[in-house]
Amino acid sequence: MNTNKVVGTPSIRVDGLEKVTGAALYADDLPFGPGLLHAVVVESPHAHAKIKSINTSTAEKAPGVVRVVTGRDFPYKFGLYMQDRFIFPQDRVRFVGEQVAAVIAETPEAALRAARLVKVTYEPLAAVLNLADALCKDAVTIHPDLANYERVPWFFPRAGTNIAHWRKTRKGDIEKGFRQADYILEDTYTVPRYAHCPMETHAVTGWFDLSGRLTLWASSQSPYAQRGVMAVALKPFGLSHQDIRIITPYVGGGFGGKAGVSMEIIGAVLAIAMKGRPVRLHWTREQEFKNTSQRQGVVARVKMGVKKDGRITALEHTLHWDAGASAEYGANVVNAVGLSATGPYRIPNVKIDSVCVYTNMPPCGAYRGFGYSEFHFGLESHLTRIAKALGMDPVEIRKVNAIREGDTLAYGAKMNPGNLVEAIDRVAKEIRWGRKEKSGSTRAVGKAVACFWKAPAMPPNASSAAYLKFNEDGSLNLAVSGMEIGQGFLTVMAQIASEVLTVPVSKIRVETPDTDRNAYEWQTVGSHVTWSCGNAVRAAAEEVKAKVLATVARAKKLKAADLYLEAEHVKNRRDKSFALPLREFVIDGIMLADGRYVGGPIHGTGMFMPEFTSALGDPETSQGGHPNVHYTVGAAGLVLEVDKETGKLKVRKVALAADVGQAVNPDLVRGQVVGGMLQGLATALYEDIRYAPDGRLLNPNFTDYKIPTTLDCPDKIVSIMLETPQPDGPFGARGIGEHTMIPAAPTIADALEDAVGIRLKTLPITAEKVALALNGIEYDDVKGDHLGFCFIGRPSDYSFEIG
Amino acid sequence: MKEITLHLNGEVRRIAVAPHETLLEVLRERLGITTPKSGCGRGDCGACTVLLEGKAVRSCLILAIETDGQRVTTLEGIGEDGPTALQQEFVKRNAFQCGFCASGIVLAASALLKENPQPNEGEIREALAGNLCRCTGYEPIVAAVRAVARRNAGKKRVAKRARS
Repeated sequence: MNTNKVVGTPSIRVDGLEKVTGAALYADDLPFGPGLLHAVVVESPHAHAKIKSINTSTAEKAPGVVRVVTGRDFPYKFGLYMQDRFIFPQDRVRFVGEQVAAVIAETPEAALRAARLVKVTYEPLAAVLNLADALCKDAVTIHPDLANYERVPWFFPRAGTNIAHWRKTRKGDIEKGFRQADYILEDTYTVPRYAHCPMETHAVTGWFDLSGRLTLWASSQSPYAQRGVMAVALKPFGLSHQDIRIITPYVGGGFGGKAGVSMEIIGAVLAIAMKGRPVRLHWTREQEFKNTSQRQGVVARVKMGVKKDGRITALEHTLHWDAGASAEYGANVVNAVGLSATGPYRIPNVKIDSVCVYTNMPPCGAYRGFGYSEFHFGLESHLTRIAKALGMDPVEIRKVNAIREGDTLAYGAKMNPGNLVEAIDRVAKEIRWGRKEKSGSTRAVGKAVACFWKAPAMPPNASSAAYLKFNEDGSLNLAVSGMEIGQGFLTVMAQIASEVLTVPVSKIRVETPDTDRNAYEWQTVGSHVTWSCGNAVRAAAEEVKAKVLATVARAKKLKAADLYLEAEHVKNRRDKSFALPLREFVIDGIMLADGRYVGGPIHGTGMFMPEFTSALGDPETSQGGHPNVHYTVGAAGLVLEVDKETGKLKVRKVALAADVGQAVNPDLVRGQVVGGMLQGLATALYEDIRYAPDGRLLNPNFTDYKIPTTLDCPDKIVSIMLETPQPDGPFGARGIGEHTMIPAAPTIADALEDAVGIRLKTLPITAEKVALALNGIEYDDVKGDHLGFCFIGRPSDYSFEIG
Repeated sequence: MKEITLHLNGEVRRIAVAPHETLLEVLRERLGITTPKSGCGRGDCGACTVLLEGKAVRSCLILAIETDGQRVTTLEGIGEDGPTALQQEFVKRNAFQCGFCASGIVLAASALLKENPQPNEGEIREALAGNLCRCTGYEPIVAAVRAVARRNAGKKRVAKRARS
């Protein structure tokens, strides 16, 4: 039973009023006065080329220009998990759109004009634009110095190749597992690249003041991680953590695209180049598409063996990922999938190979779901196909194999609590699974149920901290560095503090991060901050509570154990008439009979680190470590209407059940379900990124890369919250931010097959592809080259051979 | 450069603008009005929506010089007596997440309600189809506008009864 008063209730967002009145400020809204300089970068037109020379003299003389900066000025690399990204490229460019120089000018216009006057001479190199070319025997290597790149110990790049990382997981005896199987299905699934499309593009203003201190105002999910990456990369300038300050006002959406560091480091070095004056860099929408990070494309081979009763005996899952020109973050996506590509199923014999491959395409990185959306598409499609081949109910096969608490995961650790079977049952019931809906001559209706799971992908020492202080009126300031990226983080943290201290949420101000003032947070990624930072906030609140009670006990000569908090008062179990308002003493203390005061300003701190995790598993099997903290499991059911004439797909209903441990704010959980599901459906149905044969992105805008509007929503979305508490979560909470996207694509593919009998194995499943397939035509046969490509040719031709 | 006069949020503002400057640039960079956001620069996303003579327009597609003498209202200029009923409804329903699209959507929805005080769901979705939001899935946004529309319908019924 929930005995909480605030946790578990649908509080109004603490940032709601600021956002609807326009009071909320974003990075590009901050005023810097007339001294502000503006920067524009010069971009590579080549996917792969040697830089022969850069001539900046004409640009430097252009009106309004104060300086032009190139790789000569800043010959440094950076990266979150591996230093393979260049602030400015040195000898070669590796993707179309890469920054080769930057012009700093008095106005944005002057900078833009002068950027066109920078003359760069290139010698084009053979470009690696698909996985087959990247992995063939005599492949052109994109990072010849790969062996020397600094990296985390759990990455295994292969020198002299384009393989940035190869995560292998081995459990049981895979050959035996397939021998035991009554039925084996093997097939290939393809998921292209996608773009995050936050409504706010990346923006940064850097100021290297005359004392040599660097301050950055950035639109970021990761202020502390940025400071850490910059402290390493900018060490040649004598800068350390203490000299770098990152301030992150409200951020206009992240979805993983503002995790780690991308263009912010350009802002940092431009500021260093212009000591004493602030410099602003604001990406255009086109730059947001091509020079931050994208979601990696993947081609996945799934081979699964099952018994007649549906039990999975073996899974061989091979995934080749297109990481683009940098894998400094993307390789960790590949790593996460390499550990978890069994999906939420108990499988005794497992062989996973998750391979991160460099190409001369824009760099990729974290994107909501962190690889799980990508592998679930193939895995869940596969499971439904196997069920049908066995004559089994696709819901039943999932229940037969559903993972349970205590099961051994592919890498040897034990599964955390979570009720997947109930999630499956609830969504099946919600969409009336088993009941055929009426289909007409032009419209057919299909249904599907798919499962999902996801763990935060974090280094083993990813941690959170919180500072909490009282004000004279009994209100509180909470200084954490988790980022409010829209999910409602600030509100949830206020609710947790409120639960402990009985101070209403409306009296708790939670500010966005400033690395000089707010407590440490690793990053706001992986759906982990409610859990991790929530634990830190709870600890800080408990410390404050202990100090409050101790102060009153000391001043009033009472036992602290008899005292408790209720409605912003300290009360006494032994004396019902005793009620001391917090506001009367939390700063000024309590006056004694002789006029002296005891107490003083009360504040508290808290921290959390998951001390049980370790990334040091065996590189050949992944056995021995404990790389993940926990998984959130769930299922989704979907009802799809297919227009048989046009191929247009309409989602009538989607139900998503997730075991969130404890919904701290059910309204915000629903917000994640509805928003995430629509984002997922868009990747399944129409978001479609295309490149020209020379590696140029063809559709870097919302005219040609469609994201959902008000007219593209499912008729109905049902959010079902299950609450099997997470033992180490704050009030039992687990994360839910990313998970809601994951089941979208497989449920669309499965429901389409259920409706009209066609199986599509390449995303997105556009109306065009469906209409063609209904007429027996394969899209790839008729598409034509002018529509561009994503990252592999025809998936069925892909060999998975590594030269 | 040409000096133009804007009736901006109830105040008269005179400013010299270059012929190629957009209304969005002039508002944000020159007049300190930051609620219209730049999300795409080509009229796709609606984050820069302002009201021009009461009509919702994309300020990134309008040259400032064209707006000489006209009434321009941004989010700063609505709700003189505190948040409007619509804004309150957005807050109550946790309608926004990151909030970057909020100013455009509040203005587009305000313009809709002024023109059509009782829009149905289809009319609301149609009117807001040019304002992209990547976070919410639109559900709470549409619900908030519907709530105001229903309240307007209630007021109308009361007024009708009072007249009869």
